[in-house]
Amino acid sequence: MPESATPLGHPARQTSEAELVRRVRDGEHDLFYELIRPYERRVYSAAFAILRNTADAEDAAQEAILKAFKHIRQFREEARFSTWLIQIAVNEARMRRRKDHADLMEPIADRPDESGVYTPRDFADWREIPSEALERKEIREKLAEALASLGEIYREVFVLRDMQHLSIEETAETLEISTASAKTRLLRARLMLRDLLAPGLGGPWMSRLSFEKGAKPW
Amino acid sequence: MVVNCEQVWHEVSDYLDGEVGVELRAAMDEHLRACKGCSSLLAGMRNVVSLYGDERMVEAPLGFSYRLQRRLEENSHPTRRTFFGWAVAAAATVLVAGSFEAARSYGLGRTPRSAHAQAGNHVPPDLMVLVYPEGKTFHAAGCPFILDKKNLRPVAAQEAQREGYVPCVRCMKQYLS
Repeated sequence: MPESATPLGHPARQTSEAELVRRVRDGEHDLFYELIRPYERRVYSAAFAILRNTADAEDAAQEAILKAFKHIRQFREEARFSTWLIQIAVNEARMRRRKDHADLMEPIADRPDESGVYTPRDFADWREIPSEALERKEIREKLAEALASLGEIYREVFVLRDMQHLSIEETAETLEISTASAKTRLLRARLMLRDLLAPGLGGPWMSRLSFEKGAKPW
Repeated sequence: MVVNCEQVWHEVSDYLDGEVGVELRAAMDEHLRACKGCSSLLAGMRNVVSLYGDERMVEAPLGFSYRLQRRLEENSHPTRRTFFGWAVAAAATVLVAGSFEAARSYGLGRTPRSAHAQAGNHVPPDLMVLVYPEGKTFHAAGCPFILDKKNLRPVAAQEAQREGYVPCVRCMKQYLS
């Protein structure tokens, strides 16, 4: 079982994390992996949410973890280590994305359009998707596809706040935007995902979302 | 204070995060009790947040930890790095050359040890897997199919494939399609 990556860890765990940070700083480099192990998947998934490509995400995640290792002296102890690590990963992934798309125009979906009036697409009863459904790989993939279909500015905020469990202030700081902007984007991201998944489990979104050519609706 | 549907749509995310003031919260509670549409919107958003926030949504590819540890090892011992780097590069050259050779004769390697098994797709070449001499498949550590096996040998996936091993249907499922 993977260790819990929740911020509200057991006190003993927090102590041992602070202790690990100190020992790595003091030169026990071999302990660094022990320190980041509980968060390595989160680092990957943060990079993946931004780059949307497994190979690029793995490379960015590795690079981010190496940077954390090289700059561990810059880590301020009053911050959460996991948040610091995720912030490095997000910066690394965003930098790569900028490099790769420097010559491309910003997609329409990513243009700031935060003032538009929103009307829910499907206003009927919500059909609950139970958390047990996440045991199924195809459900996890479909959820990931729905997320990938959001514009960049919405996806980033949603991933940091709702998947990486950063606070709204930490999210805003990481993305270098105001707290108010972060809140507005989060609202829009949550609403868009809610609309996409509104028909419930087994609803049309299960096939509609597929980007594969020629995917059949049955 | 009274709120309408549009105001609820605007505040629902903050409401969910407990970030609205007492007065607004009370007004929204009142509205949500009476408005089916808005309460469905809130239910949906709550469901979305809880699904995506689940630990199971956070996945990394098989072999990610291994490759990360190896990269960290290379970087945390700068004095050894040069030699290690050369050794890895040399080994990789041999492996790559070998795999080209094998690829010419038969797909991924030698004839598979099992006539019924499928060859794997996109198996990371340096993924460390386990094989045993009389077996036909390669496995991830901890796979229940190899718990009672003796003489398990760790080997890079690429090498295992060259030796004719194919991915285990249980623990290497994602490479079989």
